[in-house]
Amino acid sequence: MTEILKLHNLGKSFGAITVANELSFGLKQGEALGVLGPNGAGKTSMFNLITGTLKADKGTVTFDGKDVTRMSAADRCRAGIARSFQVPQPFVGMTVFENAMVAATQAADMKGSAAKQHCLEVLEQTELLHRANALAGTLTLLERKRLELTRALCAKPKLLLLDEIAGGLTEAECVSLISTIKKIHKSGVSIIWIEHVVHALLAVVDRLVVINFGEQIAEGDPDTVMKSKEVQEIYLGIDANG
Amino acid sequence: MDWINALIQGILLGGLYALFAAGLSLIFGVMRLVNIAHGDLIVLAAYLGLSVTIMLGIHPLLAMFAVVPMMAAIGYVLQRGILNKTLGDDLLPPLLVTFGLSVIIQNVLLEVYSADPQKLDAGTLEIASISVGDLSIGVLPLLTFGIAVAIIASLHWMFYHTSLGRSFRAVSDNQDIAQLMGLNRRHIFGLAMALALAVTAVAGVMLGVRTNFDPSIGGARLIFGFEAVIIGGLGNLWGTLVGGIILGVAQTLGAQINPGWQLLAGHITFLCIIAFKPRGFFPRVSG
Repeated sequence: MTEILKLHNLGKSFGAITVANELSFGLKQGEALGVLGPNGAGKTSMFNLITGTLKADKGTVTFDGKDVTRMSAADRCRAGIARSFQVPQPFVGMTVFENAMVAATQAADMKGSAAKQHCLEVLEQTELLHRANALAGTLTLLERKRLELTRALCAKPKLLLLDEIAGGLTEAECVSLISTIKKIHKSGVSIIWIEHVVHALLAVVDRLVVINFGEQIAEGDPDTVMKSKEVQEIYLGIDANG
Repeated sequence: MDWINALIQGILLGGLYALFAAGLSLIFGVMRLVNIAHGDLIVLAAYLGLSVTIMLGIHPLLAMFAVVPMMAAIGYVLQRGILNKTLGDDLLPPLLVTFGLSVIIQNVLLEVYSADPQKLDAGTLEIASISVGDLSIGVLPLLTFGIAVAIIASLHWMFYHTSLGRSFRAVSDNQDIAQLMGLNRRHIFGLAMALALAVTAVAGVMLGVRTNFDPSIGGARLIFGFEAVIIGGLGNLWGTLVGGIILGVAQTLGAQINPGWQLLAGHITFLCIIAFKPRGFFPRVSG
């Protein structure tokens, strides 16, 4: 299978703080990749480098066969990279439907009734249809997380980046969100998912990458990675010998 | 009867002030830019109207069809070329740059058109009036008011029912996220400024038809515009119309008491409103 995304030797620092250090990995078309790492490991920064809100100091980002390292965030979005935010950031003064329409008309470049139809389908898929006319500022946390997902999907992404979308949800909410994400994955969208709720992550992803101090410290099959010594020590804080 | 007449003239004058203010309100609403040069841009539009009417020998209201696209083009270029670079977390740079722009526009106008007061000649339209009972209502002020209402209604409709309007609101709500939704912020800001100056063009021509103008009068138009926006409540276009009307009525009623009190009455009314309703009458409700 071809690679939809490739990071090559990606580096970024803010003064003495390095958020990405020779970060290299690829994502196959249709693959779901999980990203683990302690707080401050550089996971969200990696997303910012992929979406273009941060510009890399060195290295390249290749998306869908094109070098996008120098492309603006808006252009990358139109090329097919969409993300959801850890802290939901809806356009609070607009309705749920209007939020979705911004993504559909701008990012996916759809027009009129086609855009409306697409938004309604996505809202149904993300179970937000009944809130379509509510102001985004009035939504609950789960609904806001679902709106993040909706907006990302309305952009018709080839690559979907999920940033701790299950964080802060109750167990039942989490289960329903997982089933939604599984459906999206099945529809052929490639996914990179940062998550601390490990069981949610393991229910969906094909492969895991573990990051610490901006560096990749483990990578591979989820079970193997979770059992590896590095992950137990660094990420879970467990002394492997103890 | 004089008082009722003053009241009606004031309401109609409010239409002109709302036209001054609509562009200002739009720019501030979309990109939090306080445009100090707005008044001078109104005067610039009036002068462009003058050049077009003289060169082509057409009626000022027809000249508007040429001035509006010219001002829109100036707006887009101005925004993409200069003003976008000043926008950021700090409100000061755009203030300073637009202040500088104001000085430059005034001086260029002075150089090109001299300091002589000018006027757009609208012929018989200027003196035409409709009699309602004992009152006589000028056609021109009525037309200005009608145009103001039509422009504000279309801007409002555009904001809430079109893709461009959604883009404006999305960028205004959260620039960074809007970028990630595929919106090019710089282009959207350019379009917002183009639209604002298109409205300003109409305001400038209507001003030029109504009164004499010279390069130095921009400052006062800016103040009227600001006052109308603030009385109405920031970010609310219909509020801006109401703000314009309140200001217009305050001025004409003030002038009714004593002709010298026209401007003073407007400013005092503004100060009173700001003292008791600091956010204006209809501030935009945000979630």
